[in-house]
Parts: sequence; structure tokens; C-alpha cells
Amino acid sequence: MSELAIDREIDRTKMQVSDEVAIEINNMNKWYGSFHVLRDINLTVNQGERIVIAGPSGSGKSTLIRCLNALEEHQQGTIVVDGTELSNDLKNIDKIRSEVGMVFQHFNLFPHLTILENCTLAPIWVRKTPKKEAEERAMHFLEKVKIPDQALKYPGQLSGGQQQRVAIARSLCMMPRIMLFDEPTSALDPEMIKEVLDTMIELAEEGMTMLCVTHEMGFARQVANRVIFMDAGQIVEQNEPEEFFNNPQSERTKLFLSQILGH
Amino acid sequence: MADQTTNPIAFVADGTIPPSPPPANQTGIVKWLRENLFSGATNTILTVLSLLLIYVLLKNTLPWIMNGVWNANSLAECREILAGKTGACFAVLTERWPQLIYGFKYPTDAYWRPNLAFVLMLAAVAPVLFFDLPRKLLIFTALYPFIAFWLIWGGTILVPFVALLGCVAAGAVFQKLGKNSFAAGFFGAIIVALVVWKLGGALIPEDASEGAWLSAVPSRDLGGFMLNMMLGLACVSLSVPLGIALALGRQSNMPLIKWVCVIFIEFIRGVPLITLLFVASVMLSYFFPPDSTVDLFLRVVIMITMFSAAYIAEVIRGGLAALPRGQYEAADSLGLDYPQAMRLIILPQALKISIPGIVNVAVGLFKDTTLVSVISMFDLVGMIRGPILASTEWNGVYWELLGFAALLFFVVCYGISQYSQWLERRLATDHH
Repeated sequence: MSELAIDREIDRTKMQVSDEVAIEINNMNKWYGSFHVLRDINLTVNQGERIVIAGPSGSGKSTLIRCLNALEEHQQGTIVVDGTELSNDLKNIDKIRSEVGMVFQHFNLFPHLTILENCTLAPIWVRKTPKKEAEERAMHFLEKVKIPDQALKYPGQLSGGQQQRVAIARSLCMMPRIMLFDEPTSALDPEMIKEVLDTMIELAEEGMTMLCVTHEMGFARQVANRVIFMDAGQIVEQNEPEEFFNNPQSERTKLFLSQILGH
Repeated sequence: MADQTTNPIAFVADGTIPPSPPPANQTGIVKWLRENLFSGATNTILTVLSLLLIYVLLKNTLPWIMNGVWNANSLAECREILAGKTGACFAVLTERWPQLIYGFKYPTDAYWRPNLAFVLMLAAVAPVLFFDLPRKLLIFTALYPFIAFWLIWGGTILVPFVALLGCVAAGAVFQKLGKNSFAAGFFGAIIVALVVWKLGGALIPEDASEGAWLSAVPSRDLGGFMLNMMLGLACVSLSVPLGIALALGRQSNMPLIKWVCVIFIEFIRGVPLITLLFVASVMLSYFFPPDSTVDLFLRVVIMITMFSAAYIAEVIRGGLAALPRGQYEAADSLGLDYPQAMRLIILPQALKISIPGIVNVAVGLFKDTTLVSVISMFDLVGMIRGPILASTEWNGVYWELLGFAALLFFVVCYGISQYSQWLERRLATDHH
């Protein structure tokens, strides 16, 4: 959990938060059986925001962002993503999922398909994009994450960092309006963390709305416009990164920060 | 550690070490023998004993095979020719060859029809087994069942034509309705197919088969190894899709579908195949409308298919369970719906894991087709046990006949197992 230095200037010209609401969560509650995992979550995310969600393990931060594309079901409250309310209606869920990209801790690439096929599968089958166009777009995004030369290999032949960058490209090929990152660097070696973070920074520089569950506090400090701290299923504190790191208010936040930044 | 003046801890590599080839291997037959056969006292003893065993086996069987008599009309004649020497009486195979392959009632002048169907089968199966072949060949594979039916059973071409028409109509309906709702497409297709078959069946005149170009052969006249091949091929190709459907059904969130599948699988697995075959030959007619005469061959195919589908379903369920949860989540998060996620992501991987198990069931199924001899269908084993061994000429020729049956089955089953190993290697994507 060390703080990885971000060694380049970040271009903030396009990183602008608009007034348009991307995600709105109202009084959302979730239980696993009788265990209350998410308690009274209220959160509004505007288009163009870059939010880092931090907290100890088991605090519900992954569960929260997995609720946003209905990988987990919430039992109370409302979630509105990009103007569509998440309900049990499968049509709504599929619509939201195709607008919201998700990157997982363990990449979850499809091992039986090549890198290129991983990236073109959803555009072809969900968006009905012609194959040629889908391939061109896939190559565009693979170039952006700097691995166009691996396009015909299989995921098992790539390093962890490369796989995670492919996973990001795969999500981008669906042209999502929002990207969710669920601990994208937690399964990676330090050398590979940097290449994935660089890709995420580039994405932020282009104005993508991002919600990241991560322990990379350097990324939170430099890229996020808001840091949310969760503990025991609730949002304990949220603030701009500068204030959050330098002047945390709650005791729980102070303890957490001292533990992960202390040494 | 001799030089104490230098620091023993600090070390800097002075450049990268270039890769070099591994040390030259002393290959050679002597080295191989020493390493693999005579590496120690125990191994040497075992090697010698094994060689001895092989020698004894060959010493006793080789003369029997080499002295074999290939031309004779009865066992007695064989013994006369051998005149007391050890020797096999392979003449039974040459003399009864058509019976062993086609059964004893299939019209002699029509043997070319199953032969042609067999050759066409190779062409039809090839694009399914070897997916590097052009996909257009699958059109022929789809047509093959109807062509083979017409060739083997003969009669009017209208029957397979109406059957094909029903399938095409069902496919078209599924294409149209299935886009919006899988269930609507699925049940719509079944209804349309049934309607087409009913109407078409009513339109075919009763005497259409009389004077047809290919004379009609009733199912009870089929026999020999041909019957085993037909049952094996039909049941394997039907039970794999049914097994997939059952495995997915068993995982379904819908309790009704789930319980239907669970009960079906558990019931079929708990009953011996022989029992099911007796049900097919005697009792199944109670379940069909009273005036319908469902063909015995079809009834047996239904039973064997259900039996092996239950086993294949369990094998595939294992494959599905072995997939990481993340694969389902990744498919979901990209917006793929259930049929797409299953077809494109989950099943290709689950089936790949299940290949050894499915092949195991397929090989078992193929050998189990010999069980139809107990319900008086004359497959290869039925022919041997019945008409051939019971005849006055060949009474007592057990080794040659059963050895021949074993050889035929072994060739096919070994081929299937070799194919599956090739397929596993071909599908491996984790390295290289």
C-alpha cells in the first residue's frame, strides 16, 4: 500500500466536472442475508468526476460499485445511472451495463478468445457494430493502452499489467460514459501497477467519469476530484483530495490514513 | 570466502548473460535403454519379466493367427484344413461378412446404400470435428441426417423432405421470434415444426413408398455393425445438445426448469440402461397415441439419448462449476444477455474443460449400443450370439467372432479418444 509516485505532469485541460448528473444514489441499502453491507448510501456523481473510494477491506466499497451495474442487487433505495433507474427489468440492466464499463481486480479477460476478439465481442454482439468497424475501434483503443502488437495473442500469454490494460481497452470499446474500477491494481506487481495507473490517468485526462476503488493514494491525490472513505458499509467522509489527506475529520479516517501512509 | 578483503555482500552483475543452448545431450539407444529399462536391479528384473510375458503371449497367439483359415464354409471344414494344427478359423468372418456388417435381413442388392451413407458421414462429421475447415461445409452436415435416412431406409423421398421442411421452418421461426425472446422463439419453433410435420405427413400418400427408386427397408431389417454405428452416431449427436440444455437448466434461476432438469437427470442416472431399453421396446408405446406406430429404432434412440444426456449434463455441470465467477461477471458487465453470455463466453470454456468427460460418456455410449441385442435387435453382438453362433456351420467359433467385434469397437473408440486428445491440445490457449 505504498504511495506510488506519479512522475509526470497531468494535463487538466479536459478534466472538467459538468452539471450533468451521471449517477444518483438515494438511501441505498443492501444486505447479504441478515448482514447489512451497505447502509444508507447517498451519492451524486456528475459527468466528468473522478472519484476514488477508499476504505479497509470489508467496508463495502467493492459492493457499492458493483451495485452500480447490477452485478449485485440492492434491496432498498434507488440508483439512477445515466438517467435510467436500476430495477429488476432486464432490459434496463442490459442498457446500463452497455453504458458503464467495468474493470475487475482479476482482469476477467476471456481466455479462449484473442485480445482482439476480447475487445470486439461486446461491440459486435451487443451494439451490433459491423465486424470491421469494431476491429478498427479495438485497434484504436489497444494502441491507446500501448499493446496493439499483442492483438492476436491470447490473454494467458500476457503479463498481468498487459492483461489489465486489455481489460480497460475492452471496456472502452463499448464507448461507455462511465468507468468503474474495482481494485484494478491490487493483483499486480509494483512495476505493472504503474503502467495500469498511467492508462487510467490518460483516461481521466480525456474527461471520463470514473469511480475507482483503489488503495493507490498517489492516484487519489493527483487525479481524483473527490475521495470517499467508507467503513462498515457507510460513507464516513468525503472531501477533495487535498483536504482529505491533509485534514481528515473523523477519527476512523485519521486511523486509516495513518496506517496506509505511515510507513 | 578465501579473500576476506573484498566485501562478501555487495555484488553487481557486469552485464547480461547471453542465453546459451543446453548442454549437448548424449542421445542414443543405449542411454535410453539404460535410463528407462535397466536403471536399477528392480527395474531390470521387471523388464526381463515383461519381455518374458510378451514372449509367452506371442508364442501362443501368433501361430493361431498365422495359421488362420480364411476360406471354408463351416467349422468342420476349417478343422479339416488345419488337420490338428493350432489355427484360427477366420473363414467365419469372410463367409458371414455381410451379416456381421449389415445384419441378415438387409436387402443384398442395397448394400451400396449404407456404404454410401458411411462415406458421406465422414464428410458430414469432418467440419464438426475439425473447425479449421470452411464453415460452409456445415450446410452439408445439417442435410446429412435426411440424406442418410433416405439412403438407409429408402422409400419415398417425401418423408425426409417433409422432416427437413419442418426443421427449416422451425429454424426460420426461431430466427424471427428468438431475437426478442428466447422462450418465444424456442416454443414457436417447436410448434411450427410439429404443424409442418403433421400437415406434411397427412399429405404423403399411404402407398408413396411402393415403387420408390430406393426400395423401403423397415427398421427391424437393420442390423450388424451398421446398426451400432447408426445408434452411436445418432445418440451422441443428439445427447450432447440435450446434455448442455439439461446442465444449463439445472443451473437456472427458475425453480420449475431447475427441478424438471434435476428430477430428469437423477431419475435417468438411477436406472440401468437395460431397463430403459426394455421400456423402449415394450412399454413406450403406451405413452404414444394408440394408433401411432413409433418405430423401434426411434424408441431406442430416444432412450439411449436420454440416458447419455443425463450423464453428459453432469459432466458439463462440472465444467460450468469450474469456471471462475469473474467470467460470468465480465460477460454481464459488458451487457451480453444470457443466451449470448452462455454461447460466446461460458459454454466454449465449460465444454473445453468437459471434453475428457464427454468423450468418456460417448465411448461408453457407443459400446452400450450392443445392449440392444437383449431386446432382439440384431446388432453386431446380436448377430454373433444369435444367427451366426446358432447356425450348424459355425457353432463354437467364439474367439474369432468376438475378437473381431472387439477389434471393430476398439478401432472406433480408440479413434474417438485420440481425437479428443488432439482437440484438447488444439484448444489450449494458456501458453505459446
